[in-house]
Amino acid sequence: MTALPPFVLFFVGALVVAFTKGTVRKAVVLAIPAVGGVLLWTGAGADVAANGAQSYLSWDLLGYTLSPFRADKLALLFGYLFHLAAFLGFVYALHLGDGTPDGSVAADVGEDDIVGNERAGLQHVAAMLYAGSALGAVFAGDFITLFVFWELLAITSVFLVWARDSERSYATGFRYLIIHVVSGVLLLSGALMLAYDTGSIAFDAVGLDGTGAAGWILLISFGIKAGFPLAHNWITEAYPESTPTGTVFLSAFTTKVAVYALARGFAGADVLIWIGTAMTFFPIFFAVLENDLRRVLGYSMINQIGFMVAGIGIGTAMAVNGAVAHAFADVIFKGLLFMAMGAVMTMTGRTKGTDLGGLYKTMPFTATLCIFGASAISAFPLFSAFVTKSMIMVAAIDEHHYVVWLFMLFASAGVLEHAGIKIPFFAFFAHDSGIRTKEPPKNMLVAMSIGAVLCVAIGVFPSAFYTLLPFEMDYHPYDVRHVVTQLQLLTFGALGFVTLVKSGVYPDEKRAVHIDAEVLYRRLGPWLIRTVGDAALRVDAYVRASVMELVRGSLGVVDRAHGEMGPLARSWPAGSMVLWVAILLAAYLVFYLF
Amino acid sequence: MSHEHGHHEVKEPVGWMDRPEKVRLFFRVFYVICGRLFAAELLLLGAENAHPHPLEEAMRFFVYPVYGFASFWFLVLLARPMRTLLIRSEDYYEGGGRYVERDSTEHGS
Repeated sequence: MTALPPFVLFFVGALVVAFTKGTVRKAVVLAIPAVGGVLLWTGAGADVAANGAQSYLSWDLLGYTLSPFRADKLALLFGYLFHLAAFLGFVYALHLGDGTPDGSVAADVGEDDIVGNERAGLQHVAAMLYAGSALGAVFAGDFITLFVFWELLAITSVFLVWARDSERSYATGFRYLIIHVVSGVLLLSGALMLAYDTGSIAFDAVGLDGTGAAGWILLISFGIKAGFPLAHNWITEAYPESTPTGTVFLSAFTTKVAVYALARGFAGADVLIWIGTAMTFFPIFFAVLENDLRRVLGYSMINQIGFMVAGIGIGTAMAVNGAVAHAFADVIFKGLLFMAMGAVMTMTGRTKGTDLGGLYKTMPFTATLCIFGASAISAFPLFSAFVTKSMIMVAAIDEHHYVVWLFMLFASAGVLEHAGIKIPFFAFFAHDSGIRTKEPPKNMLVAMSIGAVLCVAIGVFPSAFYTLLPFEMDYHPYDVRHVVTQLQLLTFGALGFVTLVKSGVYPDEKRAVHIDAEVLYRRLGPWLIRTVGDAALRVDAYVRASVMELVRGSLGVVDRAHGEMGPLARSWPAGSMVLWVAILLAAYLVFYLF
Repeated sequence: MSHEHGHHEVKEPVGWMDRPEKVRLFFRVFYVICGRLFAAELLLLGAENAHPHPLEEAMRFFVYPVYGFASFWFLVLLARPMRTLLIRSEDYYEGGGRYVERDSTEHGS
């Protein structure tokens, strides 16, 4: 079983899920990630711990070697993470198909099937295939296998967007699919160029030195999936359009596969430091203004990936460890926050700050669990991000990236603002929206509770977690200075929030959108196509009219000569013809003689 | 308020935020924590730094609390003009245009 690639179990599981219902289906969706996780831990995990990196399968294809199951500490960390994320996601989605949850008032706002009960089977199958594709990608030892799973990630996950079954979700899904397919095409192009130069399709460190255009194309391909600036809006567009449970899966896999790919292929690429820093910085401004709380979490996702990308760019053992550790922690705390907002959406049919508030009275457990997630993402001591993000920050200082460090410190305060305070505050506190509902189904609470426990467990026992990281390092996150300064930064940031709210400077939530880079392909692109198309049509019409005029004029001339009354079409008497022949002969004779 | 959702009517719950004395207590505790953390700066004078670096060494004496507080204000003060520039109607991507304020349905914090 050690040599069985982890994705196989998930793909077989998806097939079983497609043909089962009720309790059996519930048992299968929980068993697949649980059994898969144990098999990975005891199989490849134990093997790699004892013998180092392994490649369990390899096939020769057209002179190249395919390695669909390459395991090392980096791949294994993401392998464990994806099993855990799939398990949590399926626990959270276990009520799909059981009807409207008791106490849900979503129907009051026209959301009669907010859960997506009618598409429960589709959602489970898509999620199972999606998780399997993510596992296939992180254990891919070659670019061709990576490409296949890279595209499968897009094709399987888009059904979680479409499962919302709305006009908007279909349009969003198509845009999502196009963006990710472009990323896949770039990946294949870069890989083929690299294979042409090196003669190998092995997926190892690529870098930007000496790899020419191939390196840059691969970087852009990975960057699209990681949400690099200008390519980031697929995250903020797709996540809020999916079902409450679908978004939890979406938030776990695609971007983290990209982080993994960057960590393997581009660790130490300087350009990533600045791209990552930009990613930590700009989304926090949009997050302050955004009304849809799941879209706020989308911006928060980009901000957190920014820390990871910068860490990968710094490239030291501490920095890359920090990046992948933070990816691990992020899946759990961001998953927990998406779960909390999904629970709110399930029970109220709403996710906008303008519509929510005061839910702590009727959903106290959900509110408490959300605060756990908010504390974790804000990096409070004893929570996960405190022990993961700090590695990246320390590495930035170690490598003398002081400006980057100052930006990150600012972005850390920004995280507290939008994810630590805004999300729980506007959903559960702020003004009383008057919505009276109940706690979500028990399975949702259980999934969120496990997430909350893990956020604390990683924060309290970092040493145990650090043993899973790919590189050896000596780092102790808990010292008086780190704890006190972090608490100072966060608490006084919160004091800033209090003073902003009390003074009325903090911006109201508005029922509006704030244009972002997506305006390029959602408004400007279509406008350009329409404008250029209209101009082309006008030019075409003018050219056609001119040519027709010319043709008509020519036909007129011909008609005048050859038409019914035209001189060349008229029946001339034989005498006239003889006369003309005589004239021509005379003219010929004159030319001949003189 | 629950009458808006009549068929799910439950007993009107009262939370701690509905009780002014509890809200006052919450803020009092919060301000005390802020004060203690401000004073904790003195603790740092004698604390060992596991990762001593020139920048961190330079960032002593209330830099972190000031940085945290100022970051929030900077963030919001920059976001407000950004909103003026970027805000559009909710259906902007479905063909809508400029944003028009609808006071009655919106709330602040």
